[in-house]
Amino acid sequence: MKAAQTPHKKEVPCVFGRPPQLPITKIIRLSAALLARHRRCSTPTAALSLPPRVCSLRPESLSCRLSTIYSWHFTGKTKLCSVDAAMATTKPRLSSFSRNLSAVSSSQTPGVKCGPNGTMFVSSGIADLDKILGGGFPLGSLVMVMEDAEAPHHMLLLRNFMSQGLVHGQPLLYASPSKDPRGFLGTLPSPASLKHDKSRDRESEQEKGLRIAWQYKKYMGENQPNFDSHRDNKQDYCNEFDLRKPLERHYFTRQRVNCVGIQDSKNLAALQEHCASFLAQHQRNDGSCALAGRIAIQSLCAPQCEHSNMDWEMLSFIKSLKGMVRSSNAVVVITFPPSLLSLSSTKRWQHMADTLLSVAAIPDEDKELAKLLSGYQDMVGLLNVHKVARLNTQVPLILEATTFSIKLQKRRFLVLECLNQAPVDGSSGSSYGTSGSCSGSSKAGTLDF
Amino acid sequence: MENQNLNLLDRALGLDGPSEPWPLSGRVVLIEDCVETSGSFVLHQLVKRSLSPTSSNVIIFVAFANPFSHYDRILRKLGCNLVTQRDNKRFIFFDMLMLRCPDVDEGKSSEGGLVLLYEKILKTICGLPGDKKDYVTIMIDDISLVEVAANGGSDYVLDFLHYCHALTSEFDCSLITLNHEDIYSSMERPTLILQMEYLADILIKAEPLSTGLATDVHGQLTVLNKGTSHRLGRSGNKIHNFHYKLYVVLWRKKLVISIDKGYSSEKRSFRRTYHVNGRLGFWNLNTLCVTHLLNG
Repeated sequence: MKAAQTPHKKEVPCVFGRPPQLPITKIIRLSAALLARHRRCSTPTAALSLPPRVCSLRPESLSCRLSTIYSWHFTGKTKLCSVDAAMATTKPRLSSFSRNLSAVSSSQTPGVKCGPNGTMFVSSGIADLDKILGGGFPLGSLVMVMEDAEAPHHMLLLRNFMSQGLVHGQPLLYASPSKDPRGFLGTLPSPASLKHDKSRDRESEQEKGLRIAWQYKKYMGENQPNFDSHRDNKQDYCNEFDLRKPLERHYFTRQRVNCVGIQDSKNLAALQEHCASFLAQHQRNDGSCALAGRIAIQSLCAPQCEHSNMDWEMLSFIKSLKGMVRSSNAVVVITFPPSLLSLSSTKRWQHMADTLLSVAAIPDEDKELAKLLSGYQDMVGLLNVHKVARLNTQVPLILEATTFSIKLQKRRFLVLECLNQAPVDGSSGSSYGTSGSCSGSSKAGTLDF
Repeated sequence: MENQNLNLLDRALGLDGPSEPWPLSGRVVLIEDCVETSGSFVLHQLVKRSLSPTSSNVIIFVAFANPFSHYDRILRKLGCNLVTQRDNKRFIFFDMLMLRCPDVDEGKSSEGGLVLLYEKILKTICGLPGDKKDYVTIMIDDISLVEVAANGGSDYVLDFLHYCHALTSEFDCSLITLNHEDIYSSMERPTLILQMEYLADILIKAEPLSTGLATDVHGQLTVLNKGTSHRLGRSGNKIHNFHYKLYVVLWRKKLVISIDKGYSSEKRSFRRTYHVNGRLGFWNLNTLCVTHLLNG
């Protein structure tokens, strides 16, 4: 049996190769015995790497066996990772700064997770966006999405945001300039069925072959340990939404979903009153979080509304809304088309936002872009992250990339991906520069990265 | 210990000398920023310097952008407890987040709210004990929201600022304001920002790098110090240009966020990058996390 051990004082990552003769359970027992000898070390960890194709046991039963063996030998400190992950997760040394940013906060309300600097996050409905923004939308923040007049991609973001709130049972206030705002609720997506989840994960499992996790730092933070129990847990922090399946009616008849039309009212006073009464129900009381609320306002400066040419009126509304939401457990998402506002007004709106996103459309059949980016055919649009909310801290968040492509996987699931350059044609010879970054390349054409 | 914590920004502002007399008294400071780079960190740094134990400054903080808890948390990480300072009457906080001048008729009412605010500030200054009256700093965060609160009446905002400026000569207090210059860059005649820039003795501009995003530099800072020929005898303008990065520093198991300048056009020197001290462990922050053991 090949065993590579590094008897480091802090952690003991052990990696075992699997000779074909020994049965798996015997390997586990042997490894457990080895680790028992190193029990003196504070954080013994082990990685068991097996080629899944060869493994005839189902992962669930294997993990059950592993857990019984581990619990027999150790108490508490070992962490059980899924076998297919094949990595050693090192538990960082417990210092006064270690924080348990678990994906599901067990003791608190579902759908709300704690973040740094005393902020609490709610999910945006899109897992990739949560990751990009460092956890989600912080409670008490104002999110603005700049629309593109050519394509309604902001509706995708809005739908996922609203569905996520309804699935978690969070009250929702929705304002829209359409005649029948309630009708929009019928287009909200439903969480993807569990069957689909399992088959997807199983597929990706089988693609991965044997992985020797000696470079475990690479895998750290990328894959969360996938406990089987979490797959059945409906109260995930962020659900995967199937855009083709409408949300079941019982979600929005059960709790309070308030829909407000802003087209007919003379000014924004009525909407402000609605927001004020909604936010008054979600006042923050020093740490305890009863229930988080969500406000979604679509196309605030849409031309069919009477207030759309009252610049200062709208700014004043946003300022008071921002002031109210800072002291409450709610998130406000406002979408607006910046082309309808004057330049300086647009800048003012942008400054008022805590998190600023913008969506852009991608023209179909653009040969230039198809040459420049890989996966161009699947892309629906582009998402730009301009500003990330920094509540209670002055350190800005520097993202590795600020432009992401919006793709629909299987025409159902919204994913955000970093932009990657298409392989450069060998004959052309010129280099396009770094991939995935937002610094403008000369061939970007009309699109502003 | 104090000297080690001073950074290039403090030196550019003239805060590296003795704290009394307060080098910024009687001067107007304007901080400009844009959407990509926020300049509020300069404001926090100035709050920290003003409230240092060696000086006897009183800060009147007029906040339009963020509530008290936000500043409290940030300054706590910088090593300054705003709650105790507020109790000691050294930090007076005016929460103007919900200020909205009634717009029943555009004429008097918009002005009304700002006039009341000015009177409040004046009353606070006059109500201070005699020795503290000389070292007042008025901070306004930020001016673009004052405009929104006044429903777009920039004339009223200008009047308000002129009145506050008069206070600097009357009471020797310093006025520090924050504004967003990219709002005005598209206007034909941006009176407000032009007048503010004219009045300001020190102009601090935070801009993104012209080359785009970078992982280890957050932006660049330009400090224009219009030297006045009074007092310390400084004359002539001094322009400092820095690259800055805001990061988290572990200091004896306490979190201290400080500003470090990477490059100063004056000195042509790079601050050394700090080594990572593995003993104190690490946690996954989005910002670059380094540990640095300081003395004292």
